[in-house]
Amino acid sequence: MDLKFLPFEQPIAELESKIKELQLVGNDNELNIAEEVNKLKEKSNKLTSSIYSKLTPWQIVQVARHPHRPYASDYIKTIFSNWEEMHGDRHFGDDNAIIGGVCRLDDQPLLVIGQEKGRGVSEKVMRNFGMPKPEGYRKALRLMELAERFNLPIITLIDTPGAYPGIDSEERNISESIARNLAVMSRLKVPIICTVIGEGSSGGALGIGVGDHVNMLEYSTYTVISPEGCANILWKSSEKAEIAAEAMGVTSLGLERLNIVDETIKEPLGGAHRDMEKMCVNLKVRLVEQLIELKKISTDDLVSRRYDRLMRYGSVIN
Amino acid sequence: MAGSKTEKNNSVPEGLWKKCLKCQSPLYRPELERNMDVCPKCGYHMRIGARRRINIFLDESGHQEIGQEIEPIDRLKFKDVKKYKERLSEAQKNTGERDALIAVIGTLKSMSVIVCAFEFSFNGGSMGYAVGEKFSLAAKYALEHRKPLICFSASGGARMQEAVISLMQMAKTSAVLEKMRIAGIPYISVMTDPVYGGVSASLAMLGDLNIAEPGARAGFAGPNIIEQTVRQKLPSDFQKSEFLLEKGQIDMIIPRNELRQRIHNILSILTNTRDT
Repeated sequence: MDLKFLPFEQPIAELESKIKELQLVGNDNELNIAEEVNKLKEKSNKLTSSIYSKLTPWQIVQVARHPHRPYASDYIKTIFSNWEEMHGDRHFGDDNAIIGGVCRLDDQPLLVIGQEKGRGVSEKVMRNFGMPKPEGYRKALRLMELAERFNLPIITLIDTPGAYPGIDSEERNISESIARNLAVMSRLKVPIICTVIGEGSSGGALGIGVGDHVNMLEYSTYTVISPEGCANILWKSSEKAEIAAEAMGVTSLGLERLNIVDETIKEPLGGAHRDMEKMCVNLKVRLVEQLIELKKISTDDLVSRRYDRLMRYGSVIN
Repeated sequence: MAGSKTEKNNSVPEGLWKKCLKCQSPLYRPELERNMDVCPKCGYHMRIGARRRINIFLDESGHQEIGQEIEPIDRLKFKDVKKYKERLSEAQKNTGERDALIAVIGTLKSMSVIVCAFEFSFNGGSMGYAVGEKFSLAAKYALEHRKPLICFSASGGARMQEAVISLMQMAKTSAVLEKMRIAGIPYISVMTDPVYGGVSASLAMLGDLNIAEPGARAGFAGPNIIEQTVRQKLPSDFQKSEFLLEKGQIDMIIPRNELRQRIHNILSILTNTRDT
């Protein structure tokens, strides 16, 4: 498999290509070079874990945007069963940048909403690169209200470069569509678990991000604005994105410290895209556990807990 | 105004005339002020500060401030080309405010109301912890005392120097407004030039009535970003209040000198109260 190594992964890429070469040689001459390959593999793993143990925020941004990174639809396929996707906001159209539907997590029926970037050119275009328009947020709202009526817990998977900054988005009031979701999600009478699986960028991410428990995958990011956007405004140069990423503290560790994120979910060595199955298992185990915990809380307590938590955001005694 | 160059030359009455930013007419300041900083020639609504906004909107009987003690917090020790701390103290010095939102309890034609107003000259009216916290405090007061809330927004959006903490103020302010909505307490959002980003996508668009001043621009993404994305020129009225009205995003456009009377009228209908 072509792992599409990132610039900072070049030393790993070199080792991996050596391994590949050796394996080819091995196949040709029937020489027993398995031992050598194993040694190199071990070395590659060690190198990977050493590089990944000290990733900078900007490097994490790169991993979060990796073209092979699992998307919402990948998690939906693997973690949930009996999936039925539902479409449309009932007013204007169906936004493919947000997918939603009912399904089961083991036996538990629930609603899943996810932002989807799409793989390959034509799907990316169809998904608008994961940048939702107002109808996407309104579809999400419609489905979340449906979930409340049928007492289905809600799981959201966040992965967007931001809400779509286009003329049609503004004409149909993208601001209101996000604001409305924030308002309604704050009081829905079912448990809501939000997980940032890749890029959680600005209001576009938060528009499906208000919940009782907020997870971030280890190499995902959550930001008020993209590092490039921030750099552009504050440093007047998008080339300072690396510094902006650092300054904004875009990673889960920083956000856990600010009590904005509850939990970081471990990724496989080298990132979620290196071992999607393992990533799905890691996420599923945590979701199951979190849901059990949230279901123990009475509806009234759940809603007032969520509200109180929102009210504490940013205060020092948080 | 540059903070460093404030040495006064008393012999010349400083800035007695001001040019209208739109029609370029020279305007006599006292007259302009009487006209609430609206150009008497072309009707252009100039930006005004939060204190002045509150003063021209509420009765003269005085008002009491809410959350005056709330200070911005630099949780991230943020630094771009300048330290956030320095930016804050400069903005505080230049505006005399602790942060970009003022909230007061006062009366509007004798009706007791809560008013919030953004100070755009404080870091572009951006919303960080202090703004979100003060707005929420004002809304909670309105909830508890069952009094209408009116917010005059003027903001570039979320405050980048507080990163995700700023983002979360969107959720916080929206949540408390949802409580008001359920409790049936009126919230009137008045958008004044300009309202963008995280403020537009939270408290500004959630009014029972959304109102805009003439010519005010409001939207999620700024015109530059949109132009870069769609690679076409935007129409000149794009995101202006007339556009917002046409697209169904606001209930009405109200000129500055009618805001008092008409918002009072709306609130007395919504709350079924009559002038005494």
